[in-house]
Amino acid sequence: MSPDNVLYGTPVYRFVYELVGTVLPCWISYVAAGLVIMFILVNAVLMGAAVFVFAERRLIGRFHNRIGPNRWGPFGTFQPFADVLKLIFKEDITPAAADKIVFLAAPIVMLAPAILMLAVVPFAKNTALADLNVGILYILAVTSLSSVAILMAGWSSNNRYAMFGAARGVAVLISYEVPVVLCLLGVVMVAGSMSLADVVEAQAVPFLLVQPLALFVFLAGVSAELNRTPFDVAEAESELVAGYHTEYSGVKFALIQAAEFGGVVTASMVVVTLFLGGWAGPLADYLGWFWFLLKVGAVAFIFIWVRATYPRLRIDQLMAFAWKFLLPLSIINLFATSLEVFFLRDSQGVLATNDLWIMTGINLALGAGCIALFGSMIREKIKPVTWQPAAGTASLTVGEVT
Amino acid sequence: MLFQEIVFWVLSVLAIGASLGVVLVKDLFRAALLLVVVFIAVAGFFVLLNAEFLAVVQVLIYAGAIAILIIFAIMLTRDVQHGNLPNRFQIPAATLAAVLLAVMVAVAVDTKWDLLAGQAQSRAQAVQTSAVRTLESPRDLAGLERAGFATEGERTAAQEAGLADLLIGDFVLPFEAVSLLLLAAVIGALALVRPR
Repeated sequence: MSPDNVLYGTPVYRFVYELVGTVLPCWISYVAAGLVIMFILVNAVLMGAAVFVFAERRLIGRFHNRIGPNRWGPFGTFQPFADVLKLIFKEDITPAAADKIVFLAAPIVMLAPAILMLAVVPFAKNTALADLNVGILYILAVTSLSSVAILMAGWSSNNRYAMFGAARGVAVLISYEVPVVLCLLGVVMVAGSMSLADVVEAQAVPFLLVQPLALFVFLAGVSAELNRTPFDVAEAESELVAGYHTEYSGVKFALIQAAEFGGVVTASMVVVTLFLGGWAGPLADYLGWFWFLLKVGAVAFIFIWVRATYPRLRIDQLMAFAWKFLLPLSIINLFATSLEVFFLRDSQGVLATNDLWIMTGINLALGAGCIALFGSMIREKIKPVTWQPAAGTASLTVGEVT
Repeated sequence: MLFQEIVFWVLSVLAIGASLGVVLVKDLFRAALLLVVVFIAVAGFFVLLNAEFLAVVQVLIYAGAIAILIIFAIMLTRDVQHGNLPNRFQIPAATLAAVLLAVMVAVAVDTKWDLLAGQAQSRAQAVQTSAVRTLESPRDLAGLERAGFATEGERTAAQEAGLADLLIGDFVLPFEAVSLLLLAAVIGALALVRPR
């Protein structure tokens, strides 16, 4: 059998493949190498989720001017393991009227996209588990499966709050998918490739500067897709109990939480790869993984910061934000980028570093202008409704005795 | 080749089993989920054929978008809890499905699939670099290697350039017709839910 497949370029894969292949038949080594890669991916996501949960709880504590979990382990580092152990030993309840098979499958389908997404992310030079040449499309395809999982969870619970949560969650996912995909097109055009490794190589100037508008739209859209707090109408505790995971408990709930927080980690990794230069940095050949993790931490901190700062939006404000603010911004970014790439590229279709700096200047000015313009326009649209007492009703004022 | 064959058979059993499930399962929601399984299995076939681009697009459009539309349609259906009830369209529907299957099989068997061998290939070459003169067919990996596409990635990119060229060149009419069909579907949906 030829080693002619997408994974063969991966050092880990090749190492296991050839090691096992010396004693056992070819196809067993094939399977073994694949299993090793899956093992690494699953554990990377789960450990990333654990670290992120701890960081988030401590930092949210700081933002709220309280302490946060600090009991078990140094600075409370073992808190996520305590959480997981608690969830594992909790009673695993399935509602009597639930669709049991779908109810069981939903958390698994929910966790799968977060794990699969990691397969194409380059952690350091030549370290992507599979450097697909359609990497960005692959990420979009895999994440689009999470809306199926949310609908499965909401429908199978046979609970109206879960169903409301799922319908809202999918509405948010579908609406924010449009601006996110459009702003990724700008990145693809500047990089000239959809492979994540090529995108990292193309960032002589980080796309943070070349595509500021795209980064803004992407961060906002992704935090909406991940159900982070300013956009978490799908599981709004004060309205819907807990949204689509109202009925879940025990290990299944742990899986849903792992999917949610692991999703934030993998989304940070994608942001770093596409906009912050991935593993680039001083001594990148040796310290690439360090720069990568440092940047991932910084982006994850921004997610936590936003969550601690903003109150939740209403569902209509959320839709207005996607369709009337992010979508025009991403379309403007797409047009501006395609014009710039069209006029600045050389005969080979390659952009020089100087051209990237020119684009940086234009796009930064354009981004600031557009955000100011559309921001002032959207402010009218998503203004909170002020309550007006109907004519003829007595109004209550403080201190008035009725 | 053994491994590819095992994967092929597993995927085939999965795809056929799931598509039988789509038709036979009483619960409409489960039927829709089984349809997602069918879509993903078909994406697996595309991967086996080294067409990663098509596999990714298959998952993105069918499993990610069409399936969601179908599930929403099921949720908005009245009396969905009674399941997949039989109605008087059973025989016409079976006839139509059989005719459609016959037409599709006939077209699949009858089509000359080696499209790039003929006139379209020259345009594919022009789209790619002028170095690809030695190319026999886009699946000709040795030819691509001789033409200077050293790595696997470059070869796949060259093959996909041929695909893109076919979509925008020779098959531009069906391609645009499909997008018109989608537009008609959107307008139809809007007309259906419009408040009267």
